[in-house]
Amino acid sequence: MQLYLPIADIPVNVFLILAMGAAVGFVSGMFGIGGGFLMTPLLIFVGIAPAVAVASVASHIAASSFSGAISYWRRRAIDPLLAAVLLVGGTLGTALGVWTFTLLRSLGQLDLMIALSYVILLTTVGGLMFWEGLRAMLRARGGRPVTLRKPGSHGWIHGLPLKLRFKRSKIYLSVIPVVVVGLVIGFIGAVMGIGGGFILVPLMIYVLRVPTSTVIGTSMVLTLVTMVFATMLHAVTNHLVDAVLALILMIGGVTGAQFGARAGQRIRGEHLRLLLGLLVLAVGIRFAVELVIRPQDLYSIRETGGAPP
Amino acid sequence: MRLCAPLAIIGLIIVTLAAAPASAERLIVSVSNHRVTVTPNYSGGELVLFGSVEKDDKTPSNRTNYDLVVTVSGPRADMVTRRKERRFGIWINTDSRQFLQVPGYLALFSNRPFDQIASPDVQRRQQLGLNNVLLMQRVGPDFADVVPNDPFRSAFVRLRSEHGLYREATSAVTFLTPTLFRTGIPLPAEVPIGTYNVEIKLFSEGALVTKTESAFEIVKIGFEQFVATTARQNGLVYGLVTAFMALMTGWMASIVFRKD
Repeated sequence: MQLYLPIADIPVNVFLILAMGAAVGFVSGMFGIGGGFLMTPLLIFVGIAPAVAVASVASHIAASSFSGAISYWRRRAIDPLLAAVLLVGGTLGTALGVWTFTLLRSLGQLDLMIALSYVILLTTVGGLMFWEGLRAMLRARGGRPVTLRKPGSHGWIHGLPLKLRFKRSKIYLSVIPVVVVGLVIGFIGAVMGIGGGFILVPLMIYVLRVPTSTVIGTSMVLTLVTMVFATMLHAVTNHLVDAVLALILMIGGVTGAQFGARAGQRIRGEHLRLLLGLLVLAVGIRFAVELVIRPQDLYSIRETGGAPP
Repeated sequence: MRLCAPLAIIGLIIVTLAAAPASAERLIVSVSNHRVTVTPNYSGGELVLFGSVEKDDKTPSNRTNYDLVVTVSGPRADMVTRRKERRFGIWINTDSRQFLQVPGYLALFSNRPFDQIASPDVQRRQQLGLNNVLLMQRVGPDFADVVPNDPFRSAFVRLRSEHGLYREATSAVTFLTPTLFRTGIPLPAEVPIGTYNVEIKLFSEGALVTKTESAFEIVKIGFEQFVATTARQNGLVYGLVTAFMALMTGWMASIVFRKD
C-alpha cells in the first residue's frame, strides 16, 4: 500500500515502513535502547532525505522511550533527581545540536558530518561494548563473579564539587559530570537523529557508576525528554518533521519493542551486551566502508530553497 | 540569491521574444487535466496534451510537414550540484556549482530528433533539447549557462534524468493526422508541487512558425496540504502535536501490552 508523505514529498510503502519500525523496535526493546542509530540509516536507504529522516526519527524515539519509561516507572526503576539533573545538560545539548544541524545543512556538509559521527561513535562504542561483553563472558565461564561496580574505586570524577545525594540510585555524586553527560547525549541526539541510549547507558554505568537497577529507566527518561525537545526544535527551525512518517514508525516501533523486551529477558546480560556491541560495530563499519570506497556517483544535487510554494 | 530569479526570467523572456515570428498558423492545445491533486495514494501519473494546427488563408497551401516541440517546465528552485573528491582517505563534497531558478521538472518532447527539425543555431535559440535549455548557473561572479558537456551541467541533467524529473523524448509527439497531434506528459511520484508551464512550438522547414502556451498545476489537497502548510507556517503547534502524538502512541502501547 503506497502512501504519499506530506513533508518528505515521496510515496512510500506503508508496510515496508511499518516492518522497519517493528524490526528496529524489536532490537530496541531487546537491548533497552532507542534504536535511532538503526532507524535513520534505514530511512535514508529507502529514499527519504537525510534531514527529514533525522527530524522524524526524533519523534519516533520519543514514543518508544515513553512506553518504556512508563513500565520502568511502575517498577520504581527511575531515579527522578538523576533524570532531572541529566536533563539540564540534555536540553542545552539538544538546542546546541539543532543549531549545529541547521548550520551544517547550510554548509552542505551535513551528510558527511552525519556519516563521520556515525563511524567514530558507533565503531568506538560498539568495539568497547563487544570487548567488555567478551571479557565478562570469559570471566563468567572461568567461574569468577562479574562485578561492574568495584567498591571503593573512586576516580577523579568523585572528587568534583557540588555533590548531591541521588536517593533512589543510592549514589553521592557531583552534578558537573552528570550535566556534561546529558549535554553530550543531547547534542549527539539532535545532530545524528539518535536517542543516544546506547552511549548513555555505558556512560552512566562506567563513568557515573549508577547502579544497573536504575540505569535503563533513567536513561529512557532522558531520551524521552531530549527527543520531545528535538522534535519541537526541528519542527520550529527546519520544518522537516514528517508526522505521517513518524506515526507509522511509532506504531511499528512500540509493537516491536514489546516483543523485543520479552526476547531480551531470555538472554543473559553479558550475551546481550556482546550482541549489542556487534550490532553497533557492524553499523559503524558499514558507514566507514561507505566513506572510504569510491562512491558510485561523485555528483549529488541538493535543493537550496527558492521556489515559493 | 533572490536577485537572480528576475535575472533568469528576464533572460528567458528576451530569448523567447527575439524569436517571435509573424505567423499564419494557429495552435490550439489542451492538457487533459489542469489540476493534478496529490492525495495520500498519489504515486505519479500521466497527463495527455493534445491539439491541432489551424491553418488560415495566409498559410502556404503546400505546407504540410510540420514539426512540434513541447517543453514542460515545473516550479523553479535554486539547486546545488556537488562533487565528491577523495580527501584524507575519505570521499567528501568539495567542489560545487549553484544552479539558479532551474525547473524542478523539465521535459522536452518532439515528433522527431531535434537536429532533423532545425539547424544547430535554431536549436540553441529555441532551446530545443536538454543540451540547449538555459540552465542559469553562478559561475564565479557571473550568471551564465555553460557548454552542454560541462561536467557539473551534464551531471546535473543526468541525475535529474535518473529520477525521471528531466527527460527528453524525440518520438513522443505523434501526429494523428497531418495537423492533429498528441503527446503524453509522464509525472513521476517525486515531481515537485507547483505550477507547470507547457510551451508548444511549431516548426516547418527548420523555422519556427508559431507557438503557444498552456499550464497545469500539481497541488496537495486535503490532509496532505493541511500537514504541509501547518508544518511550514505553525512550526510550534505542529511540533507540539507531533510530540503529543508520540506520547499518546507510547502510552497506548504501554496499556495494550501491559502484562501485570
